[in-house]
Amino acid sequence: MIRRGLFKHPKNDLEGEIGHDRTPGPFVPENLCVTCPSCRKLLFRDALADTSDVCPRCGWHFRMSARRRIALISDEGTFREQDADVVSQNPLHFPGYDEKIKRARRTEAGKDEVVCGICRIGGLKCCVFAMEPAFMMGSMGTAVGEKITRLFEHATKAGLPVVGFTVSGGARMQEGILALMQMAKTSGAVRRHSDAGLLYIAVLTNPTTGGVTASFAMEADIILAEPGALVGFAGPRVIEQTIRQKLPQGFQRAEFLLEKGFVDQISNRKTQKQLISRLLEFHVGGERTDERL
Amino acid sequence: MWGVSARMNAYEKLLAARSNDRATAKDYIARLFLHFVELHGDRRYGDDPAVITGIGMLGRTPVTVIGIEKGHGTKEKIARNFGSAHPEGYRKALRQMRLAEKFGRPVICFVDTAGAYCGIGAEERGQGQAIAENLTELMGLKVPVISILIGEGGSGGALALAVADEVWMLENAVYSVISPEGCASILWKDSGRAKDAAEHLKITAQDLLSLHVIDRIIPEGLGFSKTCAFLKIQLIRTLNRSRALSTEELLNLRYERFRRIGDHVVYPADST
Repeated sequence: MIRRGLFKHPKNDLEGEIGHDRTPGPFVPENLCVTCPSCRKLLFRDALADTSDVCPRCGWHFRMSARRRIALISDEGTFREQDADVVSQNPLHFPGYDEKIKRARRTEAGKDEVVCGICRIGGLKCCVFAMEPAFMMGSMGTAVGEKITRLFEHATKAGLPVVGFTVSGGARMQEGILALMQMAKTSGAVRRHSDAGLLYIAVLTNPTTGGVTASFAMEADIILAEPGALVGFAGPRVIEQTIRQKLPQGFQRAEFLLEKGFVDQISNRKTQKQLISRLLEFHVGGERTDERL
Repeated sequence: MWGVSARMNAYEKLLAARSNDRATAKDYIARLFLHFVELHGDRRYGDDPAVITGIGMLGRTPVTVIGIEKGHGTKEKIARNFGSAHPEGYRKALRQMRLAEKFGRPVICFVDTAGAYCGIGAEERGQGQAIAENLTELMGLKVPVISILIGEGGSGGALALAVADEVWMLENAVYSVISPEGCASILWKDSGRAKDAAEHLKITAQDLLSLHVIDRIIPEGLGFSKTCAFLKIQLIRTLNRSRALSTEELLNLRYERFRRIGDHVVYPADST
């Protein structure tokens, strides 16, 4: 009896998890600090906000809410929101979906699934949308599809360029086939906008996958991606399960897509606004004459 | 006319749609189109055997035919990757769509796939981009397009060939945003509940007709040759009707067809 007890005790200690008299680690209040998922550095939230949610040590781009993105990219006070009243319902009466929507609305996302509107970037008027990562992983249901379609239709009518930030886990399966149809619907609106000779810039942020990648994210005239952003059609776990292999390092990351020729540039948050306003500037319509000649 | 299928539940239909002895795109093409000539390759990377493209005669009109082919028998199924196309398959279809537009030929698509392939190569060559490009291309393609779901319609990989003036479905075909197994394992961590998921996802032709996602159900209770005969008459009639429309009307109708889906989601902001 005694011997068994002697051997058992140190084993428990090594495993660590069950040790009941371990000294507690330093208390980290979650609303004050976050750890960088890339380099594990402990960062103060306040300090992070100053660097536009980019880790100062390794450059990791943290997930960012739709409203904060729009605030960062648009000229101060110029953003006018549109279609804020379009929100998800449960069209197929899918079990548990109503509760899921309610729960999502209690998070930081609130009612935002995608925020759409008009703003100025570097003084140039444009339509802008930003998807919300905190609302059911940025998935696309009928409400998201409808808002993006309306935005493109409005931009086509008003002759404005569109700048869009994508983040999405794909089509929202609780809305079944209706979610899938949003891919066709938004693509139709993008096509009409494009046929009208107007510019569409997409910024792919971490992660952009599934039905959003296979529709309006990849249909832009100019596609930018944030450093390290995961962008793909199938998610990495699905691919690993299909091919029963580990995926190579950096697979489906923005840098990988750049190498394969599917994005135009990797865009750092620090210089993003400057880059986008320059691109918009290049596409300002109307004839321009050079005075010097 | 409806036979047994009216009493089948969603999961039974899913199994029927996946069944090994179900007719594939090739079988329909052989029956419906005279003098079919297969045309290969996407002119960019390779030729995807999961997608068959070519030109054939429908009655007295040449039409472009695109079909996702699962194949019969193990050897052919493997060669055709079980009907899961790579990006080059969608780009092969895209090339034929553009040729159809150039020569004013209608396009007829047969869809039968569990989904676009998810593998390393498919991602490297831009599966998402390939599907997206087909969606925008079909939305603006200046010739009539009809898509027929003959078996499984798996998500984006099916939609890439199902943006059309009219989308038809065989009585026992299914069309879904995600496989019921996948849905069950994500939502309930239990792929065994696929049966429930199949029911809730609304994947049958009858459900999709009532949701206005498809326009017509093709009965298949009377056997393959009767189904084909019916299909042929309907295709010819529908194309005759499309011919009376101007290109602008055609494109507006196609746009509106998809524009309507989910546009009812307007609730006052304080509803919850």
